[in-house]
Amino acid sequence: MALIWRQIRVFLSVYYAYMVEYRAELVLWVLANSLPLIMMGIWVEASQGGQFDLDPIQFARYFISVFFVRQLTIVWVVWEFEKEVVEGKLSPRLLQPIDPVWHHVAGHISERLARLPFTVVLLVLFFVLYPQAVWVPSLGQVGLAAIAILAAFILRFLIQYTFSMFAFWTERATAIEQVWFLFYLFLSGMIAPLELFPDAVRTVILWTPFPYLVYFPAGLLSGLNVNLYQGLGVILFWCLLSFGVNRWLWRRGLKHYSGMGA
Amino acid sequence: MSMITVEHLGKVYPVALKQPGLRGTLSHFWRRQFRQIEAVKDISFQIQPGEVVGFLGPNGAGKTTTLKMLTGLIHPSGGQVRVAGQEPFQRHPAFLEKITLVMGQKQQLLWDLPALDSLRINAAVYGIPDREFRRRVDELTEMLSLHGKLQQPVRKLSLGERMKAELLAALLHQPQVLFLDEPTLGLDVNAQVSVREFLREYNRRFDATILLTSHYMADITALCDRVLLIHQGQLIYDGNLHGLLDRFAPYRQVRLELAQPEPPERLAIYGEIEDITGRDVRLIVQRSELTQSITQILADLAVLDMTITDPPVEEIIGRVFQAGKI
Repeated sequence: MALIWRQIRVFLSVYYAYMVEYRAELVLWVLANSLPLIMMGIWVEASQGGQFDLDPIQFARYFISVFFVRQLTIVWVVWEFEKEVVEGKLSPRLLQPIDPVWHHVAGHISERLARLPFTVVLLVLFFVLYPQAVWVPSLGQVGLAAIAILAAFILRFLIQYTFSMFAFWTERATAIEQVWFLFYLFLSGMIAPLELFPDAVRTVILWTPFPYLVYFPAGLLSGLNVNLYQGLGVILFWCLLSFGVNRWLWRRGLKHYSGMGA
Repeated sequence: MSMITVEHLGKVYPVALKQPGLRGTLSHFWRRQFRQIEAVKDISFQIQPGEVVGFLGPNGAGKTTTLKMLTGLIHPSGGQVRVAGQEPFQRHPAFLEKITLVMGQKQQLLWDLPALDSLRINAAVYGIPDREFRRRVDELTEMLSLHGKLQQPVRKLSLGERMKAELLAALLHQPQVLFLDEPTLGLDVNAQVSVREFLREYNRRFDATILLTSHYMADITALCDRVLLIHQGQLIYDGNLHGLLDRFAPYRQVRLELAQPEPPERLAIYGEIEDITGRDVRLIVQRSELTQSITQILADLAVLDMTITDPPVEEIIGRVFQAGKI
């Protein structure tokens, strides 16, 4: 146990140092994910003229929550893993008595910590410019949202890491992620909250993993009416499924691995 | 008991075939054809604890593939491998803690951070306590003459320093079995010598078993008594290095820079002419006749410069194949 604790501490501190090396890049990454803010502008404007289930303030709060959730749930493991497989960089990692995935997990968590200050600055700036949108979620809301954000990150990571396994066969696993991203963009609630979808469509989408990656945590945070138990249940189901498929592909993939270039 | 036991080991790879040109590209897109390449064919050998063995062969002979199977990175298509009492591909922690693989062209150190940070990760992974970690880093830093270098970002180190830092990282957990693939590749002569000395000292101090591949004959002659020779996936020689050299490289390469060009027929009497470019001449001289030939050359010709070298490994192996068998 002491060893695991030490491993966590060392991994996080070293990867934090690694991430902080790219300060300028971090700011650019935060800004590059400002699509929710653009969508906010569009929907706030639209809701002032038309009839929607949400008023302009609710739209603003929803999309600023989306922005925040996105900052905390960004995953890029498929790009790194594909590179490792194609360039043979996976080999040294495989020779260590620890699953290589923990390097990626530590990298992702550390990046989050390094990115957080910039995200907070942007949030503060937003509320200064748009004080009507300021709201203080209750402690319970914050707690549930925190759990939902963590669950969203785990789910997104597990799914993307499962796509990564295809790098053992196709050497271009990122293509799968890019197709997936198209669905993610439309069905996760990033373009529009699920309230605006037709009922039948929404019922179906709610059984897919997509809305739980953005809409569910952002909805909890901004005070929309979301089904907590269904949400956690569906997340758990998709997490277990991805994990199972992931481990199965991992074992088969290693037999296929040729350590290219290494 | 042997440290490494290999029995009838084989590896077959599927390799996609593609014809050049647009037609080839289109048919490659629609119906991909594969050919099975036998990278390693039915290899067997044993290595005892503490032995240092050189693994020789031309490019593409199957050396690296064999090393990858011995370290558990790739799955053998056939045969048995046991290293330190374990089956490598299972990648059991007890196995991984006993071995290391150093690849001259690959690096495990994080590029933008000081090497010490990567070493801390390794210490955590292998569960090396802090005090012991510092002791080992000090000891290895001393052996590798890396003072003050571990605090610099890896990208700021010279190639030689980086290679040594890689070695340090690969040996921090004090493995008993070292697999080294071209550990001195691209290093200058001084750095090569110090890496070689380090390996010899490591072998002596920890009684470690070492299997190494190298294109530098000097690495092999300095470190290995025994060599394995592999060609086209097959093991064609397993034995004493001197025996191999005497049989297949009983000659030296003599390079001359002459004061003035000489006709080939005049030079042919000193040895077999390999190349003549103006005043630069390369001769192959039998080792038994070396002293006599050199004396004669210096007496007969106006020589500005002269070097005598061992033929490259590639060339020795070339001769082995010209001979057809061992």
